[in-house]
Amino acid sequence: MLSLELRNISKTFGSFKANDSINLKVNSGEVHAILGENGAGKSTLMKIIFGLYQPDAGGEIYLNNELVKIRSPRFAIRKGIGMVHQHFMLVRPFTILQNIILGIEPRSPFGMIDYKKARAEVLKISENYNFNIDPDLKIENISVGMQQRVEILKTLYRNAELIILDEPTAVLTPQEVIDFYRIVRNLKQDGKTIIIITHKLHEIKEIADRCTIIRKGQYIETVDVRSTSEEELAAKMVGRKVDLKIKKTIAIPGDVVFKIENLNALNDKQLPSVKNFNLSLKRGEILGLAGIDGNGQSELVEALTGLRKIKSGSVKINEKEIAQLTPKEIYESKLAMIPEDRQRRGLVMDFKVKENFVLQNISKNPFSHYGFIINRELVKFSETLMDRFDIRPRNIELAARNLSGGNQQKIILAREIANNPDVLIAFQPTRGLDVGAIEYVHNELVKLRDQGKAILLISYELDEVINLSDRIAVIVDGSVSANIDYETITTHKNIKEHIGLFMAGGTSS
Amino acid sequence: MKKFLLSLMCVISGLLFGALILKLSGIPAFEAYNIMWNGAFSKPNYIAYIIIRSTPLILTGLSVAFAFRTGLFNIGSEGQFIMGALTAAYFGFIFHFNPWIQIPLVLGISVMVSSLYGGLAGFMKARFGVHEVISTIMLNWIALYFSNYMVMLEGFHKANTETSEFIQPSTSITFLENWKNSDAGTEWFSHHEFLSEFFRPPVNAGIFIAIIAVLFVWIILTKTSFGFKLKAVGQSLEAARYAGINVNKKMTQSMMIAGGLSGLAGATHVMGVSKNVAILAAHEGYGFDGIAVSLIGSNSPFGAAIAGFFLGALKYSGQKIQSALEAPSEVISIMIGAIIFFIAIPIVFEKLINNFHKLWEKK
Repeated sequence: MLSLELRNISKTFGSFKANDSINLKVNSGEVHAILGENGAGKSTLMKIIFGLYQPDAGGEIYLNNELVKIRSPRFAIRKGIGMVHQHFMLVRPFTILQNIILGIEPRSPFGMIDYKKARAEVLKISENYNFNIDPDLKIENISVGMQQRVEILKTLYRNAELIILDEPTAVLTPQEVIDFYRIVRNLKQDGKTIIIITHKLHEIKEIADRCTIIRKGQYIETVDVRSTSEEELAAKMVGRKVDLKIKKTIAIPGDVVFKIENLNALNDKQLPSVKNFNLSLKRGEILGLAGIDGNGQSELVEALTGLRKIKSGSVKINEKEIAQLTPKEIYESKLAMIPEDRQRRGLVMDFKVKENFVLQNISKNPFSHYGFIINRELVKFSETLMDRFDIRPRNIELAARNLSGGNQQKIILAREIANNPDVLIAFQPTRGLDVGAIEYVHNELVKLRDQGKAILLISYELDEVINLSDRIAVIVDGSVSANIDYETITTHKNIKEHIGLFMAGGTSS
Repeated sequence: MKKFLLSLMCVISGLLFGALILKLSGIPAFEAYNIMWNGAFSKPNYIAYIIIRSTPLILTGLSVAFAFRTGLFNIGSEGQFIMGALTAAYFGFIFHFNPWIQIPLVLGISVMVSSLYGGLAGFMKARFGVHEVISTIMLNWIALYFSNYMVMLEGFHKANTETSEFIQPSTSITFLENWKNSDAGTEWFSHHEFLSEFFRPPVNAGIFIAIIAVLFVWIILTKTSFGFKLKAVGQSLEAARYAGINVNKKMTQSMMIAGGLSGLAGATHVMGVSKNVAILAAHEGYGFDGIAVSLIGSNSPFGAAIAGFFLGALKYSGQKIQSALEAPSEVISIMIGAIIFFIAIPIVFEKLINNFHKLWEKK
């Protein structure tokens, strides 16, 4: 049993106050959520608890009412604190067992690693909490959900009493999320104290007992989750009233502008991944493609945008065949995309904001003449977009890396919209964004729809698909298994379960 | 200011560490540095030698830095240097044009050959996924043995030597090469002591070519859309590909330019200093030094220029201790290596400075 109290914790980076005299009290044996927007200072605070950062002078940390100074993660672990980072810290070619014992391997008398003892212990913990793992599998061969369990097991193996989970469901599929909730409940039952950093409201409602809200580095308040609604939580987090429902009128679809017929593509292992995929989009509608991660969505998007070779089939935009064209030619055919992974594919993180705005168009008039960049035009163009999309901080010379996730997404959105596309593929457009930014992106997508663009929304968040789409298709194993029309979306009583059934492999008859 | 302090600290601790190595080898360190300093800057001809020494290093450094900006590690600078040198020596020998045609022509062909040689590694990476580190290491050896083979070729090989024929005088880019030894030249130089000393070594146009190359690379990287795309590929392959940039083409082009720059180093070296190529038992290290130069210069064109000059000065003045104090050349190499090593790890010092900074602010 371990309780934690923070008093007056501040952390300054240069002139920036990431944490400003924060107080936090976590009772032993509770699930305590830390809620805040991206950049609110949640992660900094957790890193202080785990000894990765030292708080500014005056801050005090109490463990079981005893004042401690956590100098290093090593010390934190010794005191019974465990942390699972958002991006897992696992050695991919090692087995689960090797990863768990890494750094504190039990030794046999001859100095060899005592795998037998280690395995027995790991299996015991695994069974205790129903983790259901095979310790001899390699990390690179197991699912993300399983990897997360390994991370939690790692902390338990080190006798953690208090476990910090940083954005634990960000990378999980809906099924894995349910498993995750179950595990958290088991841990709680066993008397562990859990801190969950998140900005997902339903997640808090689902598993947390109490919730502390942080905004712009400052402590706002701690609330009892049961007696606080999602709307109230959102308002406290953002600092203003937030509309969780998307405001949109009924779509008025026009002509078919985007048509995919019998599309086939292979994945990286050269196995069929997109199989006879058919879909058509009309102007002025949002078509949501629901499905569980790994059913060919990534390959589909790559094939459509020219990043992956198409084996067979046809893709037409405005009657023009684009199936075998290069990414550049496809982009110029008025197909735009918000990529799934904005930091890897959407932006060059170390390029300036203004440079990211013209990633595709740098060679074109007016941004360059005879191969030389016209900086004046770059600045002019960028300033316009910064204003129109309210991107902050309003500094086009800043590297994209230095902006928050929401503002990074706005850069991509602004850039893609500026090209005036006919079709926009929005792949996980709100992944990792906070409520305020999500609201913005959703409204922007609806606005585009109303301007007569066709939008293909691909998301693993079923709620997002249901709330935003005018029509839904379900992708299972690389092809469309069901089509759901607007009437069904709006009138079906259990629409989520209805679609979830198709996602799990059921077919429409 | 902070950055300057950082560089200064790196250099000083490098020198201190170098001193330690000298001391351990039984060589009086202070005296050694004194000799190095005087041996580098006390006479005009020393400075001239340093400039001559630096020229190829600046160019190979530039080559490595350029490729690095596109995310490619050009270990092949060595081989590209050899190809440039060999081509310059060969065509500089067989062509007989007047200098105004001969020099640009030979330079042009050398750059072309070496850029194709560099581009080969880029192409293999783009087309077949062969890592450029592997392929360029192989290509280095291929270049070395190819050059050795060519040197021994009938009609190019100079009888009874281990070298090729000398290039035609019309290929030379050395300043005042014949005039300084003519009667008029000796007469004129006897009244101009400084210039006389400065021009005693084979001072040549290479340094100007190197400076032009530095400007050329800087303009490409900062002012052109071509450079923009190269950098995008270097920073984020995926984002570049998604943005419609032809990543494979850019890799090949980048390696071609890198190869051309290294080849230019080889060509100017032959045309300005050595005047021929010799059988090589091992790599001479111009290309490998280029990696160090690029690293010290933090992969920027102007950085490479300064770092190339610095390394050239170190190498030249290091020799001076060898003769004056009878220090083994290995110890000197170790000392130079230590200095470079310290300069290449500014991260450590950055942390140090930050901590000092904090202490200072607390007070």
